[in-house]
Amino acid sequence: MPEGIPRVRVTVRVNGKQYARDVEPRTLLVQFLREELSLTGTHIGCDTSYCGACTVLLNGESVKSCTVFAFQSDGGEVLTVEGLAKDGKLHPLQQAFSDCHGFQCGYCTPGFLMSSIQLLEEHPHPTESDIRKGIAGNTCRCTGYQNIFKAIRAAAGQGAEIGD
Amino acid sequence: MPARRQILRLVTLAQDFACCTLSPHASKAAQFAIIFHRREIPQWPQRSVTVALALAGSGVGMYPRSFAYHRAKSYPDAVSLLGELGEDAKFLAGGQSLIPLMKLRLSTPAHLVDLNFIPGTSYIRSNGVLRFGALTRHSEIASSADAALLPILHDCAAGIADPQVRHMGTIAGSIAEADPTGDWAPVLLATGATVKTLGPNGGRNIQIEDFIRDAYTTVLEAAELITEIEVPLRAERSGGAYIALKRCAPVYASASVAVQLTMNDGHSCKDARVYLGVLGLTATRVNAAEEVLHNQAITPERIAKVCEAVMAAAEPTADMRGSADYKRHAAGALARLAVEAALKRARGERVEVAHLYA
Repeated sequence: MPEGIPRVRVTVRVNGKQYARDVEPRTLLVQFLREELSLTGTHIGCDTSYCGACTVLLNGESVKSCTVFAFQSDGGEVLTVEGLAKDGKLHPLQQAFSDCHGFQCGYCTPGFLMSSIQLLEEHPHPTESDIRKGIAGNTCRCTGYQNIFKAIRAAAGQGAEIGD
Repeated sequence: MPARRQILRLVTLAQDFACCTLSPHASKAAQFAIIFHRREIPQWPQRSVTVALALAGSGVGMYPRSFAYHRAKSYPDAVSLLGELGEDAKFLAGGQSLIPLMKLRLSTPAHLVDLNFIPGTSYIRSNGVLRFGALTRHSEIASSADAALLPILHDCAAGIADPQVRHMGTIAGSIAEADPTGDWAPVLLATGATVKTLGPNGGRNIQIEDFIRDAYTTVLEAAELITEIEVPLRAERSGGAYIALKRCAPVYASASVAVQLTMNDGHSCKDARVYLGVLGLTATRVNAAEEVLHNQAITPERIAKVCEAVMAAAEPTADMRGSADYKRHAAGALARLAVEAALKRARGERVEVAHLYA
């Protein structure tokens, strides 16, 4: 880091736990989560705001954390894939992804889970069109989405919203 | 200076490049290069395309150049901060275009003035006109009952990129960037919006058609920012629609059309606004299409003429998204869908409009 550029203090609640770190201003939220907080469940995919693998919830809304500076989360709340399971028990949506084999290689699954959580928050009983629109920021280039649709439908209406 | 045709060709080559790398912002990188080229800074295209290719293709983490961070407390504070920091400083709104450009090292500001923590910048108010705070996110507009008073605004906001981008991206950021493929420009042009700004010399109200000058170019002066966007609510018997053709959600559209119609009665059109997006260096007003409808009954024959006029106004070039002919036809087809939906809405029908993904 060049001399003379002051670090910026980022105070943020991640998965219910409060953190404060002084970071370079250019630190992206995904790097902050992975490198400062060692929460490596959030993956970097395309790194250009396309694939959605890095999706987290910032103040309850899905964002691509590769395209958000860490300082934009200051004073806010972040939910990552690590915050889904409770007391060693998978979140219903995670369980549904597992049961329905809702992945291809699995690398982008954390992002799919976070977008799906957002989707079910807004549409507890989503139509096929709701599902397609809700995860449109994650369906990037491979295939095998049918099982993901299946998993989301299976989880819908089963208390798959945040906090359940 | 290269001919307009050559510039358009280069822009679409950039889009080809983006299709290869699956990086929508790499294409923008190359587009930027072309604009700089046009302004006779010839070393830019080569360098930018190379950098974008290297970064987008490498698959490694992309870090923006180091910059100093400044959190603005108010709009006047932001304006004076940027004034003090000079040319090497930029405003940060939602960052959904600026951050990718910084990661691609196509924008390398030494200072960012963050507008996100200024209170009271995100709102939608309806009182004879619709007023949008500069930092109102696309998602807020998409879910706003007030914004839905003009369904064309909902068409636009709900169809920008994907949910994640809509949660961060702002209406004013989008207009200030003036990307030729941006969604808001044709819609705000068709609805006759006014852009309110604040700069070192005070505030200005600028009609949107005077605001956007060229690709990536507005009349905003150094240290001047947008504070509010005002959209007049239309009279009764007015309806609009905005439809884009996209290859998939997160990428820029291949073509788009915005139409706003005001009727004398159920059949005769009093006034029409028709704008074509994407297939030019800015959103393009299609006067010939408007004249076809002006004070005329909207018949299938006239709709066909509108489509022809829109196709004639398009300046498409071939790329991986399709041939020039394909895009021209797409523009015509979008115009037909947009006029039909706008007409139904002007007659008081509720019509859902969705973008086409192909």
